[in-house]
Amino acid sequence: MSSSKPASIDATVELLKAGDYIADRSLATVLYLALKLGRPLFCEGEAGVGKTEIAKVLAATLKRPLIRLQCYEGLDVSSAVYEWNYSRQMIEIRLAEAQGVSDRRELESNIFDERFLIRRPLLEALQPHTEGAPILLIDELDRTDEPFEAYLLEVLSDFQVTIPELGTIKAAQTPIVIITSNRTREIHDALKRRCFYHWVDYPDLKRELEILKVKAPGASERLSRQVVGFVQELRKLDLFKSPGVAESIDWATALSELNALDLDPKTINDTLGILLKYQDDIQRMQGSEAADILRKVKADIAAQPLG
Amino acid sequence: MDALAEQSPTPQPRGDKFATNIVHFARTLRTAGLRVGPGQVLRAIEAVEAAGLSKRDDFYWTLHSVFVNRRDQREIFDQAFHVYWRNPRLLEKMMEMLLPQVGVPEQDNRKQLSRRLQDALQPGQGEAPKADENEPPEVEVEATFTVSDREVLQKRDFEQMSQSEIDEAIRAISRLRLPVPERRTRRYRPARRGPRIDFRASLRRALRPEGLIELRKREPRRRPPPLVILCDISGSMARYTRMFLHFMHAITNDRDRVYCFTFGTRLNNVTRALRYRDVDIALAKASSQVEDWSGGTRIGQAIHEFNNKWSRRVLGQGAVVLLITDGLDREGAAGLAEEMERLHKSCARLIWLNPLLRYGGYEPKSQGNKAILPHVDEFRPVHNLESLGGLIAALDFKTHAADRRLAGWQTELRTQLRGE
Repeated sequence: MSSSKPASIDATVELLKAGDYIADRSLATVLYLALKLGRPLFCEGEAGVGKTEIAKVLAATLKRPLIRLQCYEGLDVSSAVYEWNYSRQMIEIRLAEAQGVSDRRELESNIFDERFLIRRPLLEALQPHTEGAPILLIDELDRTDEPFEAYLLEVLSDFQVTIPELGTIKAAQTPIVIITSNRTREIHDALKRRCFYHWVDYPDLKRELEILKVKAPGASERLSRQVVGFVQELRKLDLFKSPGVAESIDWATALSELNALDLDPKTINDTLGILLKYQDDIQRMQGSEAADILRKVKADIAAQPLG
Repeated sequence: MDALAEQSPTPQPRGDKFATNIVHFARTLRTAGLRVGPGQVLRAIEAVEAAGLSKRDDFYWTLHSVFVNRRDQREIFDQAFHVYWRNPRLLEKMMEMLLPQVGVPEQDNRKQLSRRLQDALQPGQGEAPKADENEPPEVEVEATFTVSDREVLQKRDFEQMSQSEIDEAIRAISRLRLPVPERRTRRYRPARRGPRIDFRASLRRALRPEGLIELRKREPRRRPPPLVILCDISGSMARYTRMFLHFMHAITNDRDRVYCFTFGTRLNNVTRALRYRDVDIALAKASSQVEDWSGGTRIGQAIHEFNNKWSRRVLGQGAVVLLITDGLDREGAAGLAEEMERLHKSCARLIWLNPLLRYGGYEPKSQGNKAILPHVDEFRPVHNLESLGGLIAALDFKTHAADRRLAGWQTELRTQLRGE
């Protein structure tokens, strides 16, 4: 049985927390509005800040089915919405011929019947589900091209899909839609206007510590503090790709697996590949710069003990 | 919250005063440059009703989620919010004071427009010499161009053109149409002899009474790739800048997915400005946005900024990059080679347009030229109408032939690098 939607912004924060997602107030507000008013939530942000995770956590805590549409270039209606099962349709035609069905109209309605319809994620999300309205995750929308974006307009504003042979299919219950984008191109304003927009930012020091506590419980408090301090400093630099939250979690987990209790320049050098994914960035950080940052972080921690 | 209480003593969101305030706030945002329509105002009221007014923070994020569409609008929203909801009356007063001034630029535009209209109606009479364009008086060119004049114009260097020739050249540029060198996409369309079977169409066809199932075919759809133009507007390029702006405007309005940037000491995205159909408005908007006209050049810094901030957003889906610069870098090309390498690796094709290449004896001698050259797919002159026209061939992948001169320089530079 599905849980009901949260009744207030505070309840939304709690709901996400129950799913091990530490959200800040701004995200909770937008999410609450999206749930309450039944409009899609459009999340934009750098890679690895937890955009996709929102949908997953929501599905887990609300106990709804999660339907995921991963976008890619050239994504079309037949892989996103529906497709006819051609081979079965062919067989149906042969059978009809064998039985001597001569009425063409009858044949047509037999062939283009729901039995031969293969439902892809978008259509699936409009179907009735026993657990309640599903959560539809449209992931990395920026990877598709503009024609598909335009197609989404109909789906997202009226929650309906038109199949020429069958007619218009309307959603049984309005699905909870979460769209993510990495901003590899701008999404058109027309689509954004139909959604609640949220820029998912890197968390601040306090929140990132909380996240690590939940997501990397193996790491000691001292280590987590250093990891977060270091990562936060890295984000201030002009790197090609700053490490996201996912990277700090990975790093903290890896370090605790390596039984590191304390960061030192050598360990950082050896494990830098977990944090930074571009060779120029790694090259830049290797050696003295990482050591300098570490010294600064440790000084900060000494000056401002936990609390 | 206390600020809100001042405005509406009873926390009743649907109150008239409250809705009025949201409307006014939306207008403030619109004046500040955000695209806010009436639909969003309605949704804002609805959203605030849903979220309630118990906390100022929640109120902030509620309005934020409705009015803000892009990350760069956040600053404006933030400032507007704090000013407006502290004391709306104050802001209204400020707006009233500002309004006459806000109106001025529009009137200005109208004046300019009417002058242009005059120009169009009585050619030659409305022409007022502009201060920033030094016209060599000794050159006299007829207003009407014969065919041979046109040919001369085709070959004349932009640098040596007189004012009227420049005007004529600009008209020629605005007529310039880049043919669409298309690339295969991953979408299909019906075709008589396509490589793949279109099952859906075949089945619909099969319902006709003929009996046999006739196979329908489909083929990949073709589409022009995105085009990114990076244009140098520093002092050494000053004489060409105006031409290139017109060129960028013509291309931007001719096809979709064109992104234009200018750089001198800093990088500027002028795409949105150049999308205005009217060339005068577009160029005025672009130039008010750019602050480093005819200054120094820091190519390395500019490309670095582009790589970090923009490359991942505009270089997708097989983009072609046009880099327009003479490659003369103020900072001795520090870091330029690395940035060029990255740029080259993140686009499908990098074409360097260099006005210096018009000189027969051009050699890549300067630091900047040496740094850029190894990382380009194509190297072309761009100093007259003919060379701009030649670009059309450059953009067409099929007709493109290997450039021997470029290949020679590139091997030379590579051996030099290895020698060091």
